[in-house]
Amino acid sequence: MVSLVIIVALSVLAYFASQMRAAALAAGGATLRARPTFHGYLAFVVALLAGLVALALAGLTPALPALIAAPAAAAAGGIAVFLAVSPVLRARVIFEKIVLAVLILASAIAIFTTIGIVASVAVESLHFFQQVPMQSFLFGTDWSPTAPVPSFGFVPLLTGTLLITVIALTVAAPLGLLSAIYLAEYADLKTRAIAKPLLELLAGVPTVVLGFFAALTVAPFIKTAGAAMGFSIASESAMAAGLVMGMMIVPLISSLSDDVINAVPQAMRDGSYAMGATKSETIRKVVFPAALPGIVSAFILAISRAIGETMIVVMAAGLAPNLTFNPFAAVTTVTVQISAMLVGDQEFDSAKTLSAFALGLTLFLITLALNIYALRVVRKYKEHYA
Amino acid sequence: MNDMTFKTVFTPPQPKILATNPAKIIAEGVDVYYGEKHAIKNLSLTIPDKAVSAFIGPSGCGKSTFLRSINRMNDTIPGCRVTGVINVDGQAIYDPSIDVVDLRARIGMVFQKPNPFPKSIFENVAYGPRIHGLAKDKTALEQIVTESLKRASLWDEVKDRLHQPGTGLSGGQQQRLCIARAIAVNPEVILMDEPCSALDPIATARIEELITELKEKFCIVIVTHSMQQAARVSDLTAFFHLGILVEAGDTDEVFTSPQEKRTHDYITGRFG
Repeated sequence: MVSLVIIVALSVLAYFASQMRAAALAAGGATLRARPTFHGYLAFVVALLAGLVALALAGLTPALPALIAAPAAAAAGGIAVFLAVSPVLRARVIFEKIVLAVLILASAIAIFTTIGIVASVAVESLHFFQQVPMQSFLFGTDWSPTAPVPSFGFVPLLTGTLLITVIALTVAAPLGLLSAIYLAEYADLKTRAIAKPLLELLAGVPTVVLGFFAALTVAPFIKTAGAAMGFSIASESAMAAGLVMGMMIVPLISSLSDDVINAVPQAMRDGSYAMGATKSETIRKVVFPAALPGIVSAFILAISRAIGETMIVVMAAGLAPNLTFNPFAAVTTVTVQISAMLVGDQEFDSAKTLSAFALGLTLFLITLALNIYALRVVRKYKEHYA
Repeated sequence: MNDMTFKTVFTPPQPKILATNPAKIIAEGVDVYYGEKHAIKNLSLTIPDKAVSAFIGPSGCGKSTFLRSINRMNDTIPGCRVTGVINVDGQAIYDPSIDVVDLRARIGMVFQKPNPFPKSIFENVAYGPRIHGLAKDKTALEQIVTESLKRASLWDEVKDRLHQPGTGLSGGQQQRLCIARAIAVNPEVILMDEPCSALDPIATARIEELITELKEKFCIVIVTHSMQQAARVSDLTAFFHLGILVEAGDTDEVFTSPQEKRTHDYITGRFG
């Protein structure tokens, strides 16, 4: 910490020293290739970066004391630039190249982290598929990883996930879309200013809260309602999880759809109104078709969010891998099984533990495919008005 | 100064065009407000049928505002208020009994920037006939579309690609598509809000040619920033300044012997 403060202080010092030296040269009648400020900036970033690199190296090699190495490096960097200040130093060009390099590095870190995660999941999945053949995973209909003869059939988990996603979408699609149309086309500015943030607030409710709402409020309600009508419904049902998950993705759909509907140029609406179209004709025949690709991609993003959602289904959907399309039965999902496989003490190389990675990889590939598709739809949409 | 602001300073003689062509649109004492802003002040003007009337004047003078009052497009702008009387064929269009949807079907509009819908060329033109139920069947609809595209002199260029997007056409073609779309519902009046300002000189010449052809059948009102355009295509010219209709008369009269100093200064390029 102390060395960090010293590095920054030295860098600031380097800035002023170089900037003043360049300014003095300019005052002396020299034509600089960059304004004095850029000489200062260059000295600042060189000193700062040299100090930070030395600090990192000192952290890695205990023999190097950080308190000495880092300030020394920073000072060396600063002095080097200070000495290099001359009318021919292209300080601005070099400084901007350094800035560009920093920006690239920042995005590279995020990208390589993602690649690293995927690679590690893929490698562990490979270990899993060495123990369990891939076709019995992909096409098996029995998921019983803890049985004496374990069986890893993925199909019941997939159908459970799809069932809950379909229920969620059945709830969220009309609610989200209709509220988006209301917000974008009918609501006056005042209503919109209140209603939109309120809707988005729903997106901010932690999914664990939605999860126990599903498990403790919605599921018992469905069970009693079913009992009143003479049905027997499991206390953990796909319906309860799906309904609450639907509420979770309503703001996602409405907010994104509202944005794309708003992005339809006013000139389109004017053109339609000027033809004598009513407001609803204009919305149905001009605005909605124009916004459709964006709305589709909002839906796809909502679907991939629903597929990847864990907390609500862990609490409300249950652990029973039933291969069923009955919305009132207990089902389980890919995400629930991943968390179930990794909870508690595990042997790291057992097929049971490794199956979590295979499930994770499959889930990742599904949502990745959906996201890529959504991005392509959005790109197509952008070309429309270009 | 104050009484000057609120009435047309100069009452010109009746334009000659009104002697040959019947009046289509008569505005009397029209005021338009955007919230607090008084955009049109006590405007009275008679617009002839089967002729081209041009509104000229510097930006912000109210000419587009008045144009948008004629088909009540100003209704879509929050805070916009119109008082006074505008009659189309003797019918007061701001009367509560008027259905604005019917009104806009009778008074078509072409905008400054071509705004074809993101649909095919065919669907763009078929839009109006469809919503107003003008075609009994597919053949009738096709006929209306063909006819409108021909009248907008666009048919030869698009007849082989009717089902490709209208947004893929060039700017001038898009604007002619918008004109075809407007005439497909067989309006009586076509309002054009600077229809050529986004187009190159060749495309502009084609639109002007088209305007001259269309005035055989329609009452055309055009807002333009180009004095040459007004002189070339219009029969009647109205000069607006600061929300006031300064002068209106036969185009040749207005351009050769303007009665008002402000008109003279504007058309000779001294301001605006």
